[in-house]
Amino acid sequence: MSRSDVLVDAAWVEANLDAPGVVLVEVDEDVSAYDKGHIRGAVKIDWQTELQDPVRRDFVDRVGFEQLLSRKGIANDDTVILYGGNNNWFAAYAYWYFKLYGHENVKLLDGGRKKWELDSRELVVDVPSRPETNYQAKEQDLAIRAFRDEVVDAIGSKGLIDVRSPDEFTGKLLAPAHLPQEQAQRAGHVPTARSIPWSKAANDDGTFKSDEDLRKLYTEAGVDLNKPIIAYCRIGERSSHTWFALRELLGLPDVKNYDGSWTEYGSLVGVPIELGEPK
Amino acid sequence: MSQGCAAPAQTAHLPATVDLGNEAVIQGTVLRGGDPVSGAYARLLDASGEFTAEVVTSEEGIFRFFAADGDWTVRVLAPGGVSVDSAVTAKTGEIAGVEVAI
Repeated sequence: MSRSDVLVDAAWVEANLDAPGVVLVEVDEDVSAYDKGHIRGAVKIDWQTELQDPVRRDFVDRVGFEQLLSRKGIANDDTVILYGGNNNWFAAYAYWYFKLYGHENVKLLDGGRKKWELDSRELVVDVPSRPETNYQAKEQDLAIRAFRDEVVDAIGSKGLIDVRSPDEFTGKLLAPAHLPQEQAQRAGHVPTARSIPWSKAANDDGTFKSDEDLRKLYTEAGVDLNKPIIAYCRIGERSSHTWFALRELLGLPDVKNYDGSWTEYGSLVGVPIELGEPK
Repeated sequence: MSQGCAAPAQTAHLPATVDLGNEAVIQGTVLRGGDPVSGAYARLLDASGEFTAEVVTSEEGIFRFFAADGDWTVRVLAPGGVSVDSAVTAKTGEIAGVEVAI
C-alpha cells in the first residue's frame, strides 16, 4: 500500500470535484463549520449525532451505518474522501469506522479543512442532493478495534501509545486544553504506554509528516514497530489519527484503536494507572 | 457520549457551566489593523513547545483555552502563511488575556 492509496492532497480534490464515483464527506463534531462553508459537493456527517449510538456508549451498529450511508447517497463502490476540522481528528475517526465496516475505497484529504482554509481555497454553502443508495456494510473488523481487557493485557507486552498531550499523559490535565477540565475519571496513563502526542505526526498546517519522519518518531520514542500496537487518547478520535499514520501510512499489520480510551480506562475500578513522565 | 473533543463556542464570556475557580483560562483576540479576525487558527503550545490544543477564532476573533498554571505560547495561523507566536502565563482562577496582531 502506498500513501496515495489512503491520502489525497487539496490539488487532487480540486481536480476531482466533479468526478463520478468520488464522494467528498466533511466530518465534524461542530457541524456549524459545514453550514458556514464546505468544499463544493461535500456531504456532511455529524460525528456526535450520526456516528454514535444515541443511548449507550458505542458506535452506530452495522444496520445504522448502512442506513446512514444510504441516506447520504454513498454507494459501496464509491471512492469516499473524508476531511474535517480539528486537524482531521473526526475525519480520521470516520475513516476508521469506514474501514471497520469494510468500505473498500476511502481516503483522507491531507491537512483537512484547515489546510484548505489556509490555502484560501473555495468553500460554498450549497448543500448537494445525492440520490439514496442501498449501502451494505460488513461485520465489524475487530482486527483494528481494541477493547479494555485487551488494553490491560497489553501492559508490558504490546506497544501502547498514548497520543494525548504531555500534560494529559502525566496527569496534569484531564482533557485537551480547549475543554473545561472537570471530569469524573482519574488522571494519568496506562503503565508502559509511550507518550507520543498525535500532533507530532502532523505539521502545523495539519498535513501528515513523511513516512521517514513518522517511522523515526515512533521508533525513537521506544515503540517496537514489529510488535502489535494499541493507540488510545481521551475518546478515541485523536488516536484514530495516529492509527491512520501507523496502519495506513506506514502499513504496519497489527495496529488497533482503543476507542474507549481514557474516559473509559480512567473510570475503571482496580486497573493500574501511572502518573508522571513515561518510565 | 455527552462531550466529544471539539472546542466549545469561542465566546467573550465564559460558558455558564465553567467554574473559573478551577480553571486557568487563556483567552484572547486576533486582530488585523484593529479589526477582529474570524476563522484564524490559534494553537496552544506548552513550555517545551509541544502542541496542546487548537481552536478556530469566533466571529469576534476570540479564542480560549483551559490550561494549567505555567508558561504557554499561543501560535496564530492565518491564510497567506501568517504564523505569530505570543508568550502567556496562566494561573488557576484567572483569565490570562492575549491580543494577537497579524
